[in-house]
Amino acid sequence: MSTPAPRPTLASRRQMLGAGGALLLATFWPTPRQSRAQGASVPAGMAPEQGLLVENAQGAFAPNAYIRIATDNRITLILPNVEMGQGIYTSSVMLIAEELGIDMAQVEIEAAPPGGGAEITGGSTSVMTEWLPLRQAGAAARSMLVQAAATHWQVPVAECTTRSATIIHVPTGRSLPFGAVAAQAATLPVPQKTTLKDPATYTLLGRPQHRIDSAVKVQGHAIFGMDVQVPGQKIGTVAACPVVGGTLAGMNKAAALAIRGVQAVLVNTTNTTVCVVADHYWAARKGLRALKPQWHDGPNAHVTTQTIYDQLHDGLNGPAIVANTKGDAPAVIAHAAATHTATYQQPLLAHATMEPINCTAHVRPDGCDIWTGTQIADRARDTAIELTGLPKDKVHVHCQYIGGGFGRRLEHEYVTQCVEFARQVPYPLKIIWSREEDLTHDRYRPAYVDQMTAALDSKGFITALTHRIVGPAVVARWDPPELTKDGYDEDLSVATVITPYTYPAYRLEFARREAPGVVTAWWRGVGGTRGLFVVEGFIDELAHRAGADPVAYRRAMLAQNPRALAVLDKAAQAAGWNTPLPPGRARGVAVQFAFGSYMASIAEVEMPEPDNVIIHRVTAVVDCGRVLNPDQVISQIEGGLIFGFSAALYNEITLEGGRVQQSNFNTWRVMRMNEAPCKIDVLLMPSTEDPGGIGEVGTAAAAPVLANAMAAAQGRRYRTLPLLSPRNGADHKEQG
Amino acid sequence: MLSLNINGQSHQVDVDPDTPLLWVLRDVLGMNATKFGCGIAQCGACTVHMDGRAVRACNLPVGLIGEQHISTLEGLNPADPVTKAVQDAWVALDVVQCGYCQPGQIMAAIALLRAVPHPTDEQIDSAMSANLCRCGTYVRIRAAIHHAAGALA
Repeated sequence: MSTPAPRPTLASRRQMLGAGGALLLATFWPTPRQSRAQGASVPAGMAPEQGLLVENAQGAFAPNAYIRIATDNRITLILPNVEMGQGIYTSSVMLIAEELGIDMAQVEIEAAPPGGGAEITGGSTSVMTEWLPLRQAGAAARSMLVQAAATHWQVPVAECTTRSATIIHVPTGRSLPFGAVAAQAATLPVPQKTTLKDPATYTLLGRPQHRIDSAVKVQGHAIFGMDVQVPGQKIGTVAACPVVGGTLAGMNKAAALAIRGVQAVLVNTTNTTVCVVADHYWAARKGLRALKPQWHDGPNAHVTTQTIYDQLHDGLNGPAIVANTKGDAPAVIAHAAATHTATYQQPLLAHATMEPINCTAHVRPDGCDIWTGTQIADRARDTAIELTGLPKDKVHVHCQYIGGGFGRRLEHEYVTQCVEFARQVPYPLKIIWSREEDLTHDRYRPAYVDQMTAALDSKGFITALTHRIVGPAVVARWDPPELTKDGYDEDLSVATVITPYTYPAYRLEFARREAPGVVTAWWRGVGGTRGLFVVEGFIDELAHRAGADPVAYRRAMLAQNPRALAVLDKAAQAAGWNTPLPPGRARGVAVQFAFGSYMASIAEVEMPEPDNVIIHRVTAVVDCGRVLNPDQVISQIEGGLIFGFSAALYNEITLEGGRVQQSNFNTWRVMRMNEAPCKIDVLLMPSTEDPGGIGEVGTAAAAPVLANAMAAAQGRRYRTLPLLSPRNGADHKEQG
Repeated sequence: MLSLNINGQSHQVDVDPDTPLLWVLRDVLGMNATKFGCGIAQCGACTVHMDGRAVRACNLPVGLIGEQHISTLEGLNPADPVTKAVQDAWVALDVVQCGYCQPGQIMAAIALLRAVPHPTDEQIDSAMSANLCRCGTYVRIRAAIHHAAGALA
């Protein structure tokens, strides 16, 4: 054991934790960029009454977790992943509570402040990365509490058990609440090894638990970033140049200031964005209207949607990076008796979270506080440090409930913007983007073009496959070190290289084309959502070409993959794949392995007209390894499918004169209740494998399962998104 | 000065009469349960009751409200049978995900059940399709409304 040197983040955490005057038992794991020697002890300078900070070096991307136990037995868990609807607070509490020996109802939760490294909620990774560390946190804390009680009673630890936040001495029936020994426990060394419960004895994990955030959200008491009220705050609303790269040319400041309630008109340092500050949002909005900012459009003034698609299609020829290869697929294709080629196209997509972008900041000479919903709190803090020059421990990010993440809040440019304006005023400033600003200044899911060519044997099965992806490398901007040395973005491999299928020969190429005039970013499922539409559409085409049933064709390709085969068979059975359909209806299927989880889905559709799709029923069978909270897995698949159907059918961001043309829900169509599937059946496969991700699984399936069902209904392929795009008419002609 | 009757209380507010009710609730009175989603009555996140009817607060100028009674989610009596049935159903079925649209969904559902105690799927779709949910909780919202109707029977 060793005593790690204190560092600024520890100090700020201690302040935060000590502020309530509660005794605390805290468990903390360093993040990968701050690896430490294995060991644990009370850090120098930390008084026992402030509690214990446990340090445990774990594997890469281990998250942080705090367990705080007050003398009155109040138990607070400070959770590293943010809640944006995915139910992670609930499953995180389940993981800790199971091992700690407490009831779900005994727990209060807080969102963690930024830690010492990359604190990211995204990529369907929360349960996967927390499965082990959060259980270890609970087990370590339990072991220390039991030790403290056993010492108090002078009995062997082995004679003690825990139940409902109480330590019980079994032979005598004596008991002590956790709170009574928390202070003593905090002085004990942290166990180097913890013994985790046998899953057969779980009382919480694997059984449906109600969401811990349901009541507060149903009563309207949940505080989202939008709801933050800091005493003395003013409300700002912004307009950024409608063309990326343009600058402010002029404005009528006097007219804006003449609006009742308007307090200030601010311009950012790069001269790209104006902010009108007022007593309330409506006055700010009226002020912005009166301000009438004019713009120099800059170099992207001529970008159109076609500019972007032309550039992507251009990338189908010429040089590309070889991202993955097996055998000599091009040679097999060159000599094949039969080949099949198809080109798929997907549009730019907005996130359109229900909660428009917002951020509140109070910048003072001696500190800065930020209140916002973020999937990446560390970057939110760091941008404020950079802008204000304040030391790390003077900048505090207060993470709020997120009204829809979907990857949007993995960006932090709105925090930068808010701090830039807030430092110009003495009061706390809440910036609210209008829905129009939110949609026209989103950071968009990229547009992509994919082309696949297969060599086919006499039965129509793949003997070799080449696949070229043309599009941006999101990671090159978002996390440059993650771009491979060849210039490849590994995210593109999800549901592309990583599939349930294996091919005798394979070659994946990537031709990078960064879209002009837009910033591209993560979106629910990104790589998996792009890849699955292409791969499962293509497989469906090959089945059709072979004259094979789409389920039977896939079954033949999955002989070596029992988990994939099992979900497919169960889905086919549950959906009645081989049973007759009512007249006018058709079914489509998709199979996937992405984010660590398997799923097979079947959609049943009716198309009274070519532009009218009724989704009668969707059946999804999921194998996501060990299920922590079954009902929330089902909920994520239901919602993920509907989120994906919305995009698949309707959504495409288009540009004209460098300007995004979709501005609100009247031009950016979101699926409504009357358009949603009447019935979604989600079935879970029992499994003892480690948990896979689930937040993006349903969304990835949506476009392919729907496109394949629509193809069956209409007797034509759908290779372009959105599915209701007139461009699919042109596709039809290509195929002959 | 405008006088507004909100959740059974009279409030004097000093704003232009064209100010939408939403911003008076949120930024002037500090009542945050009613959410901002679009500002053009397309998403329903701002649904409140005006004399019992579900209306969109984001494009309702306060100057037009007059004597009509406004109710917001935080002002509902949790013991009221319809309110309780709806909120209990939402919790029992774990409808919420991100939860941002749910205050509006719940206000719309309560107004529906007050008018139509046992709605069909079609009646639910008709009453609720003006309320967007980006997380896609529609299947559960529909089920929760049936659940609440059953509890009120």
